[in-house]
Amino acid sequence: MPDKKPVTPTGGEEPSNATRRDFIKQTSLLTAVALTPGTVVEAATNNMDEQIAAALEKLPLKMEVNGTPRSLSVEPRSTLLDILREQLDLTGTKKGCDHGQCGACTVHVNGRRVNSCLTLGVMVNGKKVTTIEGLANGEELHPMQEAFLKHDGFQCGYCTPGQIMSAVACIREGHANSEAEIREYMSGNICRCGAYPNIVNAIQEVKAGGQAV
Amino acid sequence: MKQFQYIHPTSQTAVLDAISKPGSKIIAGGTNLVDLMKKGVTAPDKLVDINSLPLSTVNTGPDGLHIGALTLNSVVSENSLVLDKHPLLAMALKAGASPQLRNMATVGGNMMQRTRCAYFYDTAMPCNKRTPGSGCGAMGGYNRMHAIFGTSTQCIAVHPSDMCVALAALDATVTIAGKKSKRRIPFTDFHRLPGEHPEMDNHLAPGELILGVDIPDNNFAKNSYYLKVRDRQSYAFALVSVAAGLDIQNGIIKKARLAMGGVAHKPWRLFEVEKSLEGKTPSEDNFKAAAQIAMQGAKAREFNAFKLKLAPATIAETLKHAGGLV
Repeated sequence: MPDKKPVTPTGGEEPSNATRRDFIKQTSLLTAVALTPGTVVEAATNNMDEQIAAALEKLPLKMEVNGTPRSLSVEPRSTLLDILREQLDLTGTKKGCDHGQCGACTVHVNGRRVNSCLTLGVMVNGKKVTTIEGLANGEELHPMQEAFLKHDGFQCGYCTPGQIMSAVACIREGHANSEAEIREYMSGNICRCGAYPNIVNAIQEVKAGGQAV
Repeated sequence: MKQFQYIHPTSQTAVLDAISKPGSKIIAGGTNLVDLMKKGVTAPDKLVDINSLPLSTVNTGPDGLHIGALTLNSVVSENSLVLDKHPLLAMALKAGASPQLRNMATVGGNMMQRTRCAYFYDTAMPCNKRTPGSGCGAMGGYNRMHAIFGTSTQCIAVHPSDMCVALAALDATVTIAGKKSKRRIPFTDFHRLPGEHPEMDNHLAPGELILGVDIPDNNFAKNSYYLKVRDRQSYAFALVSVAAGLDIQNGIIKKARLAMGGVAHKPWRLFEVEKSLEGKTPSEDNFKAAAQIAMQGAKAREFNAFKLKLAPATIAETLKHAGGLV
């Protein structure tokens, strides 16, 4: 492969050590800095400065993510999805619709599958979170990951982490006993490439194999 | 999302104290509230997380089956007492949302969810429910999902819940705590019609907290059915849904309970249809005739006229399933 740096739309080259993620982080920070003073000034004139001070306060969040205890400081409005991706660099969990309609952000909290985009981080305090990064055992893929590869359970792959987290939960919950049941209990995970038949096949194989998931 | 303060009180007294202040909102599962906050439809100053309250039990009590307000929708739908005594409720819950959302959503939160009217969600559009007095975008807009019963000149939105349709049919009651006292109201009186105040979805007063619901014992378990008609097979809001419970003794319908979803600002209980079925045999003709009674007073708009045919057909089909004809 030729060592060619990506060309940006303006024709220039990206700085070698800057990633797209860093760029987004930096611009988000600048936006926050730009916005905050205005909000505070407005609040102060409304005699609401104490309330705003309380709202701007970050709260401690302790949770176990994929078996590792994590101690963070988060804004009350940060969703679990954003905390996982932006603060813990666990970018396997995807942001699709960000409104609980697509399932790309599915993770397990205390063993239950949930939409991390609608979960406030502060409400996960003291709980155990499992993301797609926590399924494999070292280099050994989880049986559901193997089955998705074998059955081609994806095309673009964007919904796949959510599909796999849901698929594992689907079997653990006891809702993978027929194709119809799998389809119903996987309905919270949308795949716009339409890999559904292969996803169902993957889940059926893991279920039939009887392996511990 | 606007910044807010987050508190997590551990006692009912502390919760009631916190929610008595303007600008505070309760958060339980957050599946609807967080979404509305992201969209800017609602912007509370303070969120009061009530998940530490001991309100997530399902047990039999003096008033039938008690379900705590914080019980997860998924837990209720799989609970053995619910499946045994009130399978209609389990069927309705499983027809709602997705497994992930049901793992987050609570019974009280399900009751408190707002309409999914697109004009309510779009802050660039007028909506009397979101901004009283701003007008209604749906009336002259794309009103395919909207109400055909109990509308007002202010609002034609529908209540989106499946669970609530079953609870309305099952004669449930709601227990509500205020700072000074507790009260109980019939489930069918919890939600309200839009009238002149579509901004109010229900009769929960500011500062009040839902503690739970009670479902009285009945004989509908054997002959219950929930049928939801929607744009895709799963994970979509109802165009029309029907909850039906029949108490059939010696081939005669002794009692009937029916409610519809997707057609009004509240779960639409069909009292007249129920009366018309009592004493009749469970037959297709009787069910079709009953379904026609349900449609008295229905009024369609430009894009939801299909509901005038879909609703009675869904009622008749649900009754056939409940009555054992299918």
